[in-house]
Amino acid sequence: MILHTVNKSPLTSSCLNNCLRAIGDNDGLLLIEDGVYGADKHQGLKLKPLPSGITVYALKADVEARGLMGRLSEDVRVIDDQEFVDLVVSHNASQSWY
Amino acid sequence: MSPTPISFSILVYGAPYSSQSVSTAYRFTKTAIEKGHRIHRVFFYGDAVQIGSRLVAVPQDEVDLQLKWQQLGEQYQLDMVICIAAALKRGIINSDEAKRFEKDASNLAEGFTLSGLGQMIDATQSSDRIVTFGY
Repeated sequence: MILHTVNKSPLTSSCLNNCLRAIGDNDGLLLIEDGVYGADKHQGLKLKPLPSGITVYALKADVEARGLMGRLSEDVRVIDDQEFVDLVVSHNASQSWY
Repeated sequence: MSPTPISFSILVYGAPYSSQSVSTAYRFTKTAIEKGHRIHRVFFYGDAVQIGSRLVAVPQDEVDLQLKWQQLGEQYQLDMVICIAAALKRGIINSDEAKRFEKDASNLAEGFTLSGLGQMIDATQSSDRIVTFGY
């Protein structure tokens, strides 16, 4: 179980796509910094199709800083910094895409 | 507090004030400590080495990232390493290196040390988790 973090918008970078190509079943995907734009339901950049068992998270401070609260896809879980730490602990390793 | 404390090393790549990585890494590190975890090392690499210049002067109404790291480092005795190869070519230099390269000044800020990539390899082997904050 790997926690993948993506910190770039899919509008300006291919790292979300690259991550989705490499992500495995039951891995976690955490969107941080400009990566949270990947969870905006109005951009038509839905995070699908995802492999089975993937949970998508977005970091609260970054979502709020970009005015995206209420604009995220329903299947995205918004988490705070404490839950970010917990996620790193609960996965075997973390892989950053930037 | 988390039930089982573990050890982290934090790798930071992005330049302060250009990339968010130095401030996201700061928040993560502080939160991990507050949850009872141990930070083995924080390693600043690439453009992130700019965090270590004591000549940086931040406007009063903006966040002083260097000061925040220094305060966190002092409070919890953090090993905050700046990659020496990345630093020297970007003009971040301590007094030993200034002497060696015959420079007329040095500028490494308090709380940080210059060291080699070996410290990063050691961090990856000695920590339970590595978290990279890319540029």
